[in-house]
Amino acid sequence: MFRNQYDTDVTTWSPAGRLHQIEYAMEAVKQGSASVGLRSDTHVVLATLKRAASELSSYQRKIFKIDDHLGIAISGLNADGRVLSRYMRSECINHSFVYESPMPVGRLVCQVADKSQVCTQRSWKRPYGVGLLVAGYDSTGPHLYQTCPSGNYFEYRAMAIGSRSQAAKTYLERKFDSFQSCTLKELIRHALLAVKESIQDGELTSKNCSVAVVGRAPGGGGKGGGEIDKFTILEDADIQPYIDMLDAEELPTAVQDEDDEEKKDAPAEPEQQHQTQDGEAAGGSGDGGQEEEGGGEAIPMET
Amino acid sequence: MACTLSMEAQAEGVETRGVVKNRSSFNPYDNNGGTCVAIAGEDYCVIAADTRLSTGFSILTRDASKIVQLSEKSVLGTSGFQADMKTLQKMLNAKNQVYRHQHNKEMSCPAMAQLLSNTLYYKRFFPYYTFNLLGGLDNEGKGCVYTYDAVGSYERVGYSVQGTGQQLVVPVLDNQLKSASPLLYPPQSTATPLTESEAVDIVKDTMASAGERDIYTGDAVEVVIINRQGIRRETFPLKKD
Repeated sequence: MFRNQYDTDVTTWSPAGRLHQIEYAMEAVKQGSASVGLRSDTHVVLATLKRAASELSSYQRKIFKIDDHLGIAISGLNADGRVLSRYMRSECINHSFVYESPMPVGRLVCQVADKSQVCTQRSWKRPYGVGLLVAGYDSTGPHLYQTCPSGNYFEYRAMAIGSRSQAAKTYLERKFDSFQSCTLKELIRHALLAVKESIQDGELTSKNCSVAVVGRAPGGGGKGGGEIDKFTILEDADIQPYIDMLDAEELPTAVQDEDDEEKKDAPAEPEQQHQTQDGEAAGGSGDGGQEEEGGGEAIPMET
Repeated sequence: MACTLSMEAQAEGVETRGVVKNRSSFNPYDNNGGTCVAIAGEDYCVIAADTRLSTGFSILTRDASKIVQLSEKSVLGTSGFQADMKTLQKMLNAKNQVYRHQHNKEMSCPAMAQLLSNTLYYKRFFPYYTFNLLGGLDNEGKGCVYTYDAVGSYERVGYSVQGTGQQLVVPVLDNQLKSASPLLYPPQSTATPLTESEAVDIVKDTMASAGERDIYTGDAVEVVIINRQGIRRETFPLKKD
């Protein structure tokens, strides 16, 4: 894509029927650091790679809680993402006030898309330079949506956006058939492995990635099931157990003896699952064994 | 049926110099009755309210809550006009959510107290017909009670009562709570030195007494206790007459 005479403002069509400014805005999304989202029948998980402007600065915030049942991960211009998140929060609060029920995810995404479209049809505006992955749980179940600067939006079972997201997408395409019935822990693991593919140099650490989960723990039966797991962001110390879990689970496949050790650990897993299933978003397959003594099971409730 | 349903539109004829003009009027307010009590202790706070909703001389329901939890450490009890009560609660909830998003932390009770005052004064010239009590733990973990009038004038106190049973209950609390006198100089906190269970017992007794004489108070009393461990609700029956 290179400069031409039809790309000066967003209200000019090119002879090929394109609006170049919108495409350039989508480039800005591709330059942002990677965000990954995936969903199962009960939960949606977002995972992001955080970038730091320099060694001295903090990492940019990529995940925003919008409401108890909804949150977003952004890729692209952080400032535009912040502004959209403020709009989404305000809409959710107003919806709750008027209808006394949580805002349906798809409806909010549509409103954001409509707001984005306005910026593509005004000569004094510019498109938002940010793509969102919206993860939410409403009365119709868990949902994952992607929004674009163009005003388009799509629902996905799994998606990755941002720089080097193709690598993450490839991982997701390979594994997505299994996502539907995944437990929460397995889903987080897949999310971390997917976002790990997008790292160019360096390791996945608790400092450079953040994860968010939302959904409903499986309970009695179907929709009337367990507790709602409110949108929770896991960062720094909270995400460390899951990163450790990644390493531990990768090891056994390499060595024969440790395979047997894994099998011995297996009967213990269901017990642990029951112990921690008190409204907290834990459960799922066991870890390598050693790491999970400390708060590995519990997910704290607030950011 | 009640004699005066004060929210209905009224029309009356007014005669002036032999000409009769019909004047309509509409009273936007109604008093749905009920009594609210709040007591602050050393490390706890108790808020109680009866659960009867009435209009005129009729009972609308025996089972309506007047108490709502606004944040982790603050609980609001309101008596007055139920529509304004509910709207005020919803407004405060929404503002609390905005605060949590902007500041990334829960609102403290003193912060909520100021917010409530500002929200009420915002409608200074068409007030919320509500008489509020905000209870909770302050930033040091001590019990606090804030008492309001309809337009947001507020004060931190050790205990307070609002509603139709106010005049019946306040003298009893003055007598029983063993708090410091509000007239002392230098001022001392009027929070009660009693224990939590003693305070709850006093609340139950005073609400029962109010229920004896005040026709708008009765059916059941909902007691909410805030302390370091958290917030819990209990309900006790009152006379239904």
